[in-house]
Amino acid sequence: MTEKNMVQTIHDTLYDEMKRDERVLVLGEDVGARGGVFRATMGFLDEFGKGRVLDTPLDECLIAGVSIGMAIDGLRPVAEMQFADFIFPAFNQIVQEAARIRYRSNGDFSVPMVIRAPYGGGVHGALYHSQSIEAFFAHVPGLKVVAPVTPHDVKGMLLQAIEDPDPVIFLEHKKTYRSIKGEVPDERYTIEFGKAEIRRQGSDVTCVSYGLMMHYCMEAAERLTSEGIEVEVIDLRSIYPLDMDTVLASVGKTGKAMIVYEDNKFLGLGAEVAAQIAEHALFELDGPIVRIGGPHVPAMPYAPTLEHWFLPDADRIEQEMRKLAEF
Amino acid sequence: MPKKKDQHTELGLKEEDLVEMYRFMLLGRFCDERQWGFNRQGKAPFVVPVSGHEGAQVGSGWAFERGKDVFCPYYRDMALVLVAGFTARDVFLGLFGKKDDPSSGGRQMPAHWGSAKRNIITGSSPIATQVLHAAGIAYSKKLKGEDAVVGTWFGEGGTSEGDWHGAMNFAGIHQLPLVFICENNQYAISVHESMQVAGRVYKRAEGYGMPGVEADGNDILETFRVTKEAVDRARSGGGPSLIELRTYRYYSHTSDDDDRTYRTREEVEEWRAKDPIPRFEEYLKSVEVLDDGGIAKMREDTQEEVAQGAKEAQEADLPDPAEAMRNVYADLEVTP
Repeated sequence: MTEKNMVQTIHDTLYDEMKRDERVLVLGEDVGARGGVFRATMGFLDEFGKGRVLDTPLDECLIAGVSIGMAIDGLRPVAEMQFADFIFPAFNQIVQEAARIRYRSNGDFSVPMVIRAPYGGGVHGALYHSQSIEAFFAHVPGLKVVAPVTPHDVKGMLLQAIEDPDPVIFLEHKKTYRSIKGEVPDERYTIEFGKAEIRRQGSDVTCVSYGLMMHYCMEAAERLTSEGIEVEVIDLRSIYPLDMDTVLASVGKTGKAMIVYEDNKFLGLGAEVAAQIAEHALFELDGPIVRIGGPHVPAMPYAPTLEHWFLPDADRIEQEMRKLAEF
Repeated sequence: MPKKKDQHTELGLKEEDLVEMYRFMLLGRFCDERQWGFNRQGKAPFVVPVSGHEGAQVGSGWAFERGKDVFCPYYRDMALVLVAGFTARDVFLGLFGKKDDPSSGGRQMPAHWGSAKRNIITGSSPIATQVLHAAGIAYSKKLKGEDAVVGTWFGEGGTSEGDWHGAMNFAGIHQLPLVFICENNQYAISVHESMQVAGRVYKRAEGYGMPGVEADGNDILETFRVTKEAVDRARSGGGPSLIELRTYRYYSHTSDDDDRTYRTREEVEEWRAKDPIPRFEEYLKSVEVLDDGGIAKMREDTQEEVAQGAKEAQEADLPDPAEAMRNVYADLEVTP
């Protein structure tokens, strides 16, 4: 076991896997000499050379498109979108090509590629360095979308993503890169996608979350113990496949459900989770399903007051938890 | 008539090659005519014609090594995928959306070619996406030290897409074993080349650090010559090339288009007079590879092959909806 922060864990995991498996290569903007703008590939160029540590032209569509070709030809590309906000020029290649190639060829071709995307707000990134992009991609059958937020999960799920026979969007919350630390086993291990983790047991409210918000939910839940309110916090970890079994079992126990995410609330993951709770567990509920999500503005604004206004925090989550527990 | 000086020997083509190349042009043309017949009979809702492009496709395709090289075609490339290993039956299985359609098992529209065992990479409908896949595959071949060459085909309309420019740029930077082949038929559906392309397609090569040439796409030997040169250069580490083949399509863009709204009949007739098939027949006769009787026999045999393939495909099974949830993921069961 070694204590690491998130970005160190990503770096070390990728490094070890490239040592172990010569099919793996990284590509993206500034991943070479600069080692990535977040230092996720620092030192890779010296160790693995230009062929496997590929500084691409500034063309996200290209990054996705050539990764597809590499994956078809038997390599295991791990592409970095410098910021998730810049992924949209690649939307066609990811959605129409990567996601659909297995289906449209009836299994004749597959695209085992990973797209790492630093996402999320709270980093003074404003409209174009703060976005949450999961809903766009989780909507598309053929893609897997994961968002681990502990160093332990990052290692196991990144290795799973590289091994995975299908394209994976690997979301890394930027605010957690250096703020979240944890123990990481030194040996190689993978974590199966589609298994949520119950971070905290509780009997009063089920709180479903992922990403940075999961940490805020934990903070809010801890505060409420002094009031005798016990919140069960579920970290989804994987957005698709989505572990509704764990969520429904918890709702069956607590009778109260809330979903917390920083993406726009409207048609975000909370809508799907709420719909499935309503479909499968309506009569277990003792209160309304609560969603906390980003407001319906185009993206997170810059000024500290505006950024704070946009992003849910532990105070707001705590209030909503209390209200729901008392309902 | 004295035997004309032959052009093919110095290109490394044997008489058997010429006969096979001719047969593939006929196969493309006759499959096309037959699929239009099915369309008019209401038995095939959607047809993408190839007629007019056979010289460009067979001539360029013949320069690649089947079983080793990789084909990234676009939707009009029926004659090319025949060269790459499709049969007439395969074409019609796709036309009718049958279970054994090698491209997609009846999931995609006709003419969305793909087959792993034939090294034909699956394609979609958005234009020029395959060109970036070709660049990624070529990068992979080079990284692995394999001596395979990748070919990618597209129309002049495709050269407007960002994907195309990205792939040209990437191939030029890394000097990839990749040949870009533009089948310039002068129309992207209805939009004329003059409204599509600033300057000339082949001249764009220079800006991306590779050689560019144009050639008469209706001259199968000339098409073969320029492509072979590019393929050989790519295989020996000399990097990518761009080839612009000037040609024409005789029918509308697809069966859902009506070209009378944007092309005069006179223009179509003018280009039909440059048909690559009779032109090659003249050559075959002039070098005494086939005589009139041989040509008639080839035509008859190929028509028979097309009729047989079409018949078998018509009788084949349609896909079972119970299978429609398969192959979304390798390892996840999905439910409707």
